[in-house]
Amino acid sequence: MTTYFNEMYDGASVRAPYARLGDWTAAMPADRRLEKQAEAEALFRRIGITFAVYGEGGDPDRLIPFDMFPRVFTNSEWGKLERGIKQRARALNAFLVDVYGRAEIVRAGRIPAKLVFQNEAYERAVAGFIPPKGVYSHIVGIDIVRTGPTDFFVLEDNCRTPSGVSYMLESREMMMRMFPELFRENRIEPVDRYPEVLRRTLASVAPAKCDREPTVVILTPGHFNSAYYEHSFLADLMGVELVEGADLFVDGGFVWMRTTEGPKRVDVIYRRIDDAFIDPLCFRPDSMLGVPGLMDVYRSGGVSICSAPGAGVADDKAIYTYVPEMVRFYLGEEPILQNVPTWKCGAADDLKHVLANLGDLVVKEVHGSGGYGMLVGPKSTKAEIEEFRERIKADPENYIAQPTLALSTTPTFVEEGIAPRHVDLRPYCLVGERIELVPGGLTRVALREGSLVVNSSQGGGVKDTWVLAE
Amino acid sequence: MLSRTADNLYWIARYMERAETAARLLEVGARISLLPSASGYRSDWDSLLRASGNGAGYTEKYGVPDQKNIESWFFFDRDNPNSVASCITAARENGRIVRTALTTQVWDALNTAFQELRQIEARRGVQELSRLTDWVMRHSAMVRGSIDATLLRNDGYNFLNIGYYLERGDSTARLMDVKYYVLLPQVDFVGSGLDNDQWSMLLRALGSHRAFHWAYGGEITAAKIAHFLILNPQSPRALITCVAGMANHMGRLAKYYGRETPAQAAAQALLSEIERQTVETIFDEGLHEFLLRFVGISARLGAIIHDSYLSGDM
Repeated sequence: MTTYFNEMYDGASVRAPYARLGDWTAAMPADRRLEKQAEAEALFRRIGITFAVYGEGGDPDRLIPFDMFPRVFTNSEWGKLERGIKQRARALNAFLVDVYGRAEIVRAGRIPAKLVFQNEAYERAVAGFIPPKGVYSHIVGIDIVRTGPTDFFVLEDNCRTPSGVSYMLESREMMMRMFPELFRENRIEPVDRYPEVLRRTLASVAPAKCDREPTVVILTPGHFNSAYYEHSFLADLMGVELVEGADLFVDGGFVWMRTTEGPKRVDVIYRRIDDAFIDPLCFRPDSMLGVPGLMDVYRSGGVSICSAPGAGVADDKAIYTYVPEMVRFYLGEEPILQNVPTWKCGAADDLKHVLANLGDLVVKEVHGSGGYGMLVGPKSTKAEIEEFRERIKADPENYIAQPTLALSTTPTFVEEGIAPRHVDLRPYCLVGERIELVPGGLTRVALREGSLVVNSSQGGGVKDTWVLAE
Repeated sequence: MLSRTADNLYWIARYMERAETAARLLEVGARISLLPSASGYRSDWDSLLRASGNGAGYTEKYGVPDQKNIESWFFFDRDNPNSVASCITAARENGRIVRTALTTQVWDALNTAFQELRQIEARRGVQELSRLTDWVMRHSAMVRGSIDATLLRNDGYNFLNIGYYLERGDSTARLMDVKYYVLLPQVDFVGSGLDNDQWSMLLRALGSHRAFHWAYGGEITAAKIAHFLILNPQSPRALITCVAGMANHMGRLAKYYGRETPAQAAAQALLSEIERQTVETIFDEGLHEFLLRFVGISARLGAIIHDSYLSGDM
């Protein structure tokens, strides 16, 4: 039986950051808790914060379960995380500029050429192009798990368009509305300047041809997308237009949006659609979501696209294992945050080990996301494991494996009262002229007892994440 | 503002007003069906379908009109794009798309209507018609009220109002036309007690019964009603009020954007025409013919508005 690190308790005593939450929960009888829970749900539904799970039918307006019990970091815990995250974001961007340029890291033999240049996410269309300020990934979401008081591991990097930041902001809003007393008693760092910092970050990477206050827009695939709420939420808080592909067109080396007053030039596009869809002339010709000719304007410096096309090659699960190497190679520093030990099924020795220990490992598809296409060994039946074994054997390079991590738990409101549930953390690092991180992030919680899968598509919920001021 | 945003705002207004029209049509039909039926005149429900402009869809699905199916068709049926449920869902979806162009109150009003609609749909079958129509009026007023009370008076506000006025003019014309269909086969009813009862019900369904008496007093006659619902600028649902409203908001857009549009010219032309009309000229043309013509012009105006402002091609 594995023992898990409980972030609130150290044996029988309460750990410092949670000190004031004990009284709060004691003063919360079941009926008040249910009342508050109902209030929160009604508020979320009224504001319209819902998400949809792809292809499952049912209620299209599903709410992400919100747990009112906050997750708390001390200032010094956060300090270390912040340094580690910023370091990683710098290294990932240096890697991207490098592999679309001279690829020194490959020449130096620190990472196999095949992994980079034959990667599906490697965009030959941008080889040789350096985006403004040398930034490819402007919003880096780094998923972090904790296993002990000082043990933090990076589970994966998200360099394209990490989602979920609206939950970070709305969870905080909800908590401040429902429990103002908690914010008087605890000194909690605010997160609400995130949209402002994001806007400044995006404006700071305006293209060379932009000679005025840059016009920033968010490009969404449309209102049927599961994250549409987040797109419109961020557009609103930043005070920028939320556009669809059909609202934009290319003319005379620039990108324009159709407005009731005629065309208006666009300088920076924060896109929330995948590379494959942004320009049917350059990528998928059947895409209806993108803007024909956008890539030509991009490469001639008429518009900036955030994150830059091609950024995905840095957050691939096979590339992930080399990120500590990137930190050493580009920054000459030792990584502050460690990777989870990872076996690459493409390597014969690793594959042997993985196949012999499937029952104890977590196996993931290299290109999978959202908790789909993975095997959690200890939670799977014999039949499921055998089925997965065949899939790995058929295409070993498509899989990596990691030990089952003893994910930390935090107290969580459940039907019977309060019980520990496993959590992870996704902070959002913003990279432009400067690198910034608001103190907080999205804490996802696996609400089912014993579950280690925190993805919202697999029964996960969210919590407010506190960083205490010094 | 994005052309698509303007388009979404315009359609929020049109769909909300259209939901109200569906409810009012139902109410007119229900009230007329309560009258002792005179022998030999055609089904009142049939007239309702014809006035709604979407009778074919009903016939295809249900065949012969009867009260229960008609209620379903006008209120709940998603196969009817003009049903209350379809319109409120579409208005809310348009609102969700342009959430950032709305205030919290406006969004809240739209979203609450939609959430309650889903509860009503779940309980379907146990409610009285008058409750349903009241429910629609209440939410329609809440959306309209929150727009008036909280929204910035910018271009978006004008697009919302253009949508409202265009749809409302169309609705008044269609509702008056129900009366025409009811009367058509029995010309000798004109001027009879039954005739007056029917006019009176039309006024009630339009929520204008008392207003009418304040404005005119005495007997209800076809001429007074036509004046009230077509030519009297004091009447909030009169065609002239609706057209003047559109022309006004297009004028404001022209000022705001510093350019005139074909839509503005078309609305002005329509306004001038109605201003020249009298009850006599309308009756000479034939009330039904006049209303039909108005509905046609109104539809063309909608197309011109789309080309002038909402398509993004200019």
